[in-house]
Amino acid sequence: MSAPLLEIRDVSTFYGAVEALKGVSLTVAPGEIVTLIGANGAGKSTLLMTICGDPRARAGRVIFDGQDITEQPTHRIVRGGIAQSPEGRRVFPRMSVHENLLMGAQSSGINPAPGLEQVFTLFPRLKEREAQRAGTLSGGEQQMLAIARALMAQPRLLLLDEPSLGLAPLVSRQIFQAIRRLNAETGLTVLLVEQNANQALRLAHRGYVLVTGRITLSGTGRELLARPEVRDAYLGGH
Amino acid sequence: MAYALQQLINGVSLGMIYGLIAIGYTMVYGIIGMINFAHGDIFMIGAFLSLIGLLLVTSGGMLDGAAAIVLVLALSMAFTALYGWTVERVAYRPLRGSFRLAPLISAIGMSIVLQNYVQVSQGARVKPIEPVVHGGFTLMQDGTFAVQLSTMQILIVVTTLLVLAVFTWLVTRTPLGRAMRACEQDRRMASLLGIDTDRTISITFVIGAALAAVAGTMYLLRYGVIDFYIGFLVGVKAFTAAVLGGIGNLPGAVLGGLLIGLIETFWSAYFSIQYKDVAAFSILILTLIFMPTGLLGRTEVEKV
Repeated sequence: MSAPLLEIRDVSTFYGAVEALKGVSLTVAPGEIVTLIGANGAGKSTLLMTICGDPRARAGRVIFDGQDITEQPTHRIVRGGIAQSPEGRRVFPRMSVHENLLMGAQSSGINPAPGLEQVFTLFPRLKEREAQRAGTLSGGEQQMLAIARALMAQPRLLLLDEPSLGLAPLVSRQIFQAIRRLNAETGLTVLLVEQNANQALRLAHRGYVLVTGRITLSGTGRELLARPEVRDAYLGGH
Repeated sequence: MAYALQQLINGVSLGMIYGLIAIGYTMVYGIIGMINFAHGDIFMIGAFLSLIGLLLVTSGGMLDGAAAIVLVLALSMAFTALYGWTVERVAYRPLRGSFRLAPLISAIGMSIVLQNYVQVSQGARVKPIEPVVHGGFTLMQDGTFAVQLSTMQILIVVTTLLVLAVFTWLVTRTPLGRAMRACEQDRRMASLLGIDTDRTISITFVIGAALAAVAGTMYLLRYGVIDFYIGFLVGVKAFTAAVLGGIGNLPGAVLGGLLIGLIETFWSAYFSIQYKDVAAFSILILTLIFMPTGLLGRTEVEKV
């Protein structure tokens, strides 16, 4: 395996006195789709946010592309090539879809035109809604917008937090297809957090299982799908 | 009729000054959710810097007229902006992430510091200047009463509208403005998109202070007398304007400023000039009780 694009080494993160991550280690190689599955409150979103330095890891290191980014301010980390579609989507409600997308490309200083074309091909629905205020979009459209906005930065690593949450199965399938396509066509590296473990493990090359702030299992998507404890806990047990 | 028209003219030009200051309150509130109570004193600093600039520029008759005013305005805006930046840096940024009341208390402290600093360094007495902008038009003659539109009033309205146009363009059409709005709507997300939010907040203070400097310059030129205490009363009225228009809403700030200017002027003209401040502040109280979101404030519900 080539040198990892992202390496998380013994990271612990706290909310006040509560330890949300308890020494988590994982790696993501370039071109890989890695998924992180776990129950609500296991610390999945916290891990994605910790990679971006918000909240900051209290112990351990976060290494991106050979550089230690643990102590860097969030906007620097992101400018280094990490984009996130965060928990709760967080589109800017009083900006148009178009402006939300421009925000995605803004700090990297790249020309937004090719990015716009790319995300509109991926999500034609956003093209129809381009002038509409993001706060008035449906949940699924907002999810597409959040992912599209993250893609606008042309990141080297895409962090996706529950892209299928609250979506109709058809839309959720569309989004997973889009991720697969991006990965196959552009070699985009993806770290995906999902509660929909079945779909995520089928999509991902490798996966990790997070239980109350600790990694308890890891392996290829296929291996994890076959493990009885994964089936019982995250796949509904049938 | 003629009398009312004259009051309308006076009210609009006063309202423009309030509107310019109100923008500073409303922008800062929008982006970090605090009332910058030192903003009125930033306006006062702007007026003093204009006074100093005016004396420097016109001493020895180096420059006069329009060139002098433009230069004074530019100098005052630049230095007042520096004050605005510094206030944010020393008094508010260290308290970011602290409890909600902390920056508010710090702002009141900053206001006192600025007032006393000017009082000590410039003296407590009022500073009069010779009128700089002369002339005007008589719009209407009604018996002995002539409706006057002074060049200064035209200058105030034109300058304010110009500044507002540039500023509106900046906020709605440029990447910087977009970053400001992003910080206002979701600061954490903005930083996740690579926006340096501290820097964006600093720029907001700088712009607010520069607009307050425009107001300070106009105030100085129009009324011809300032002291270290003007920031308090004018500041609170501009704050009232921002609340009336809907705090956080930019067009609302200008609208609120105009209304407060008109209410104050008409009240003075038809009722009692001694109670003009009471009239203005009654509006603040009535707005807060009956319409806390203001005239143009947000009421719509958004999907989350």
